[in-house]
Amino acid sequence: MPDISIAMLATQLFTGLVLGMIFVLLAVGLSLIFGLMTVVNFAHGSFYMLGAYFGFFLFGLTGNFWVSLGVAPLMVGTFGLLVERFLVRPLYGRSIDDPLLLTFGLSLVLVEGARLIWGKIGVTFDPPRELGQAVDLGFTRFPAYRLFVIGITAVVLLALWLFLDRTDVGLIIRAGSRDPLMVQALGIDLGRIRLLVFGIGTLLAGLAGVLAGPMRGVHAEMGVTVVIEAFVVVVVGGMGSLAGAVLAGLMIGEVVGLTTLVAPKLSEIMVFVVMAVVLLVRPSGLLGEAGLLE
Amino acid sequence: MHRRSFLATTAAGTAALGFPTIVRAQSKEPIKIGFPGPLTGPFAALANDQQRGAILAMEEVNAAGGVLGRKLEVLFRDDQLKPAVGAQRTKELIENERVDFIVGGLAANVQMAINEQTKRAKMLFISVSQSDEITARPDASPLTFHEALNPTITCRAVGRWALQNLGQRWWIVYADYAWGKQCNAVFTDVLQKHGGTLLGATPYPLGNAEFSPFLPKIQAAKPDVLVSATPGADNLAFLKQVISYGMKKEMRIVQPLHWIPVTKEGGPEVYADVYAGINFYWELADTIPVAKRYVEAYRKRFGTPAGDYGAYAYSGILEVVRGVTLAKSTASEAVAEALHAHPVYDHYKGKQWWRACDNKSFQDLWIVKGREPGKLHGEWGLLDVVTRIPADEHLDRTCVEKGFA
Repeated sequence: MPDISIAMLATQLFTGLVLGMIFVLLAVGLSLIFGLMTVVNFAHGSFYMLGAYFGFFLFGLTGNFWVSLGVAPLMVGTFGLLVERFLVRPLYGRSIDDPLLLTFGLSLVLVEGARLIWGKIGVTFDPPRELGQAVDLGFTRFPAYRLFVIGITAVVLLALWLFLDRTDVGLIIRAGSRDPLMVQALGIDLGRIRLLVFGIGTLLAGLAGVLAGPMRGVHAEMGVTVVIEAFVVVVVGGMGSLAGAVLAGLMIGEVVGLTTLVAPKLSEIMVFVVMAVVLLVRPSGLLGEAGLLE
Repeated sequence: MHRRSFLATTAAGTAALGFPTIVRAQSKEPIKIGFPGPLTGPFAALANDQQRGAILAMEEVNAAGGVLGRKLEVLFRDDQLKPAVGAQRTKELIENERVDFIVGGLAANVQMAINEQTKRAKMLFISVSQSDEITARPDASPLTFHEALNPTITCRAVGRWALQNLGQRWWIVYADYAWGKQCNAVFTDVLQKHGGTLLGATPYPLGNAEFSPFLPKIQAAKPDVLVSATPGADNLAFLKQVISYGMKKEMRIVQPLHWIPVTKEGGPEVYADVYAGINFYWELADTIPVAKRYVEAYRKRFGTPAGDYGAYAYSGILEVVRGVTLAKSTASEAVAEALHAHPVYDHYKGKQWWRACDNKSFQDLWIVKGREPGKLHGEWGLLDVVTRIPADEHLDRTCVEKGFA
């Protein structure tokens, strides 16, 4: 057992936080989409991958990271709108397997498409120069870009929470997740709300992708494992629960980070160990409602 | 249209399209070499370079009149980097396409799967990427030849050089699969035998993109040398994260290999001052005449400088041709015997030879270092050649260690 200093532990907590933030962005989108329309979006990892590639593409065009960060998620969100309108929408009201199969197939198409367009070895783009260095936190030097990822994700989550909690549209989304039939009976057009939510969910995945690009590199398969971990986060948090997704995302990020410090070989498995333990204790997840998808 | 002129036009047409079917219009059946490789998937860039190397060899041989008066034909198949698919494609090449020999393979486990098939069919196989097992018992066979470097040779050569020139206290990060594990074992052995210190070794699952959880620990240990056995896209992610933590300035970074396509993608911001071994680099053309000929031919045909893995394939195909010419036969045993009888060859970078016991090719390798931003020599001039490590049988395990009495 190596001796572990407080400074190292603190560094590891920060590192885990960054991992957690990416999980959270992905899981919140998945959870929103699942909560409102019971669509298990298997293509979510591909939207993440698209975000990274769009970011890379815009970076090549403008040389400006901020353009990538601002525009790439919007492009992914717009693509998400099209996917909902033309592919997912015809499947509402059918078995939960149908949209699952559709999005699974879509993810295969997108991964192959990315290989065709951007090549097979992957691409890279850099964080902006002002965030390219490591900064001194007192106890350690930590990459400025990773601190920025923590900050921007917190801001986005806060904005999302305000939107869902304080606006009329947010109210409808929350009501729609509870009881879609009743919402429709009240004369609300749930079709447009579903479109909007799919757009927001995929936009968040795109944002996660463009944020992850400068850290992890960009390649066609980058969404494949991430989406599995994001699903685990959603399940641990409770299907359809946003607060649960945030909590579970941060928790799993920290667990992976800290496990790596003491037993690196176990860190991969820990994601699933956490899931197993949580599900044993709380079968519907940390903050999930009992009865959904059972 | 007369039959004859019809044949001539179709033949010309298919030739223009580059279809291998042109050979059917010739009187003699071609000599066929099957070439499985991962044309899709994460190693595709290396596999595509291999394919180009093999095509160049085939075209040169055919332009010079073929082999034993017959055309040479190379049939490429995608093994998707999966052992089961590699075995299936190889079986199809042998049974349906009736190929005479197999050359190819990338990734050790797929090579093993291909090798199982060629052993069963008693067919000559020249493997053209890294593997320790393929020339050791129980996988080795009298008809299995290994043209590429292997983890033992590469990591011993790079490890010894790094220990002498970069520093004594190391941390090793390696992908947790065959190649990574072998490299880690060899590096650790080098440190023990030559007085270095291993501060720690970190395995990670292949295909991982997030290294940040264990970087602080490495940084705190303050090694002189950080060894990175992280192939493909992992390599880019790893180095970027190491740089973002400010570690590149604090320690020297060395890896068993630079893979040219990945190095080009990462660019000098990532690869500047990162040391590695390499089996071939096109700027060797400046100092080695045979390399100059190869690099120029490759550039003329494909418009880019020759890569690292393509050179293995080029040499592998030419060795089959040399064996067939010497044996005056396409029988695998006869060709293998001819290569044993005349083990020395030189197709693209200097003298190489086959060791009798295990059919391993011994060859020079080089230590290279990434150039700094602004100091590249054109688009592909990414690396400075630091030194040559001459071919040496002592860099590999001995025949006895490999199971040959």
